[in-house]
Amino acid sequence: MAKLVGPALGAGAEVRLHELTKTFGPVVAVREVSVTIAPGSFFTLLGPSGSGKTTTLMMVAGFAYPTSGEVFVDGKPMAALPPQKRDLGMVFQSYAVFPHLTVFDNVAFPLEIRKAPRLEILRRVGEALELVRLTGYERRLPRQLSGGEQQRVALARALVFQPRVLLMDEPLGALDKKLRAHMQLELKHIQQHLHVTVIYVTHDQEEALTMSDRVAVMQGGRIEQVGSPAELYDTPASRFVADFIGESNFLDGVAVSSEPDGRWRCRAPGGLELSGVAAVPLQPGQPITAAVRPEKLVQTEDAVALGPGANTCKGLVEEAIYLGDATRYRVGIGPDGAVTIKVPNRVGARPLATGAAVALAWSPDDTRLFPRDDA
Amino acid sequence: MKASAERRETLRYLLLLLPALVVLAVLFAYPLLGILTRSVYKAGYTLEFYRQIFRVPVYLQVLWGTFRVSALVTLFCLALGYPLAYALAACRPRTARLLTIIVILPFFTSIIVRTYAWMVLLGRNGIVNQYLVALGLTDKPLPLLYNQAGVVIGMSYVLLPYMVLTVYSVMRGIDPGLIRAAHSLGASRLQAFRRIFLPLSLPGIAGGTLLVFILSLGFFITPALMGGPGDVMIAMLIEREVEITLNWSFASALAVVLLALTLVGFAGYNRLVRLERVFEGRT
Repeated sequence: MAKLVGPALGAGAEVRLHELTKTFGPVVAVREVSVTIAPGSFFTLLGPSGSGKTTTLMMVAGFAYPTSGEVFVDGKPMAALPPQKRDLGMVFQSYAVFPHLTVFDNVAFPLEIRKAPRLEILRRVGEALELVRLTGYERRLPRQLSGGEQQRVALARALVFQPRVLLMDEPLGALDKKLRAHMQLELKHIQQHLHVTVIYVTHDQEEALTMSDRVAVMQGGRIEQVGSPAELYDTPASRFVADFIGESNFLDGVAVSSEPDGRWRCRAPGGLELSGVAAVPLQPGQPITAAVRPEKLVQTEDAVALGPGANTCKGLVEEAIYLGDATRYRVGIGPDGAVTIKVPNRVGARPLATGAAVALAWSPDDTRLFPRDDA
Repeated sequence: MKASAERRETLRYLLLLLPALVVLAVLFAYPLLGILTRSVYKAGYTLEFYRQIFRVPVYLQVLWGTFRVSALVTLFCLALGYPLAYALAACRPRTARLLTIIVILPFFTSIIVRTYAWMVLLGRNGIVNQYLVALGLTDKPLPLLYNQAGVVIGMSYVLLPYMVLTVYSVMRGIDPGLIRAAHSLGASRLQAFRRIFLPLSLPGIAGGTLLVFILSLGFFITPALMGGPGDVMIAMLIEREVEITLNWSFASALAVVLLALTLVGFAGYNRLVRLERVFEGRT
């Protein structure tokens, strides 16, 4: 049976996944995932459905058994332990609050299992409910609570026995947008307050960027890239990451010649020439895709700061979409190409009319070059 | 305007209820009223028949025996049916469907045929006794037929599917995520079962035991064929009064007493497990 050995605050555990693989018959759900998660950090597994992120989390939790590979928590291998002996807190997407128990009894459950003394249970449940701001809800039954409140009960219950790692499987997926944004910040604050290591699964890239210290982007059972939110956004390692995190313009072309600092000169259809930073080593003549974020494209008259060597192109405004804080324009370039640009609606901003000619510029440093497999 | 629309809506639902209400009134309420009247009327109003039930010990003995056998049958059905329902709920949907069909299969045959089949199995030289003797578990054949054991075995067999299906339908509604959550919080399999699964399946236990118990009270064929002279149940007594002694008023009085005791039992049970929650389908 799990013992009640709640560590002091500031003691998240290090979690290391070593070549974790999970196959279901002929299907490889997770393929050789290796990553080290720093103690007390907020780590997110981000990916579309079917990317293997939940299966990976379930292997950490012990609900799925790895085909090969191992999970280490503070260096201790977990494979031989059933979920109830791993001492990891877990919050599920479906809340999984026990419907026949009051809020108090739900949160007290892990402590009663660990045979904690009555007074300690009272104190800890009180603290946990205070942490999730549900003080005064002790006597209520789950069906008397809203979805957000139920999820907070689940969170309090997963934290009350002071696990060193907290696993969360799309915990905010069922909440509406406003409440989700609020809970994201609250979760982040609780995590920073307790210094618990969090492994968080989501398909929502905005959520991942908001909350995480580090994010692993998963696709097809593999980790495509691990990095801080800024690293993933500014220097995506693959076209998939550039597409999945935020928004990108993709221009297909061919690598022409290498320049210093890992830059390459490329040619795109319509006589467009551009420079960019290669995400992986390239060969001259290799088909590439250049990726650039919509907000990095500016009109030439605003491009003074870019200095010499900036990429430029000319186009016609095809469509303007007003977003409130910014306006998104679709600009046609060349015979059938188009890019999306995002212009902040600052004081004195002049909106562009549909059909207007614009000259655009962007920095080679903001241009990522990926090899094109399909060519 | 809105109120009248609401009234029309209510009216529509009442209209849908009407056929069922008419059938119940004609086939159930009216005859029941007839039984009530007949039990206190035979060439003039009298309470003689009730007095007779409470004066002659054998009737109360039979009533008591009926309740005891029903309780035993209910316990057996629960003991056998709960694990079976649990297995059904735990296995994959396709397997569960197949097993459910197997559970229901006996209903496709007449209860008399099935009761005779049990008599063949349980007789002095029946298959069960042959095996028991051959395996050396007993020296001489056990008396399994024409006694209370036979009645309980036969009735439990017939009523088991009612228990299994009622319990299973509740268990199927229990979110497996709750059991996972219990494990993630440190609960062993046994703890997760005892503290989460079992309480959540209580409505199924309550519904199943109630159903089996009430069906048992009125059982006729199985105890008549598989019981001995000492295993008379109230339904058999009523049948005898109707068919043989032609004392319909006394039969009616017996039926009313059975109904009253059942209702009292139901009320007590209701206080115990809050049946309205069972029928709302939640705990």
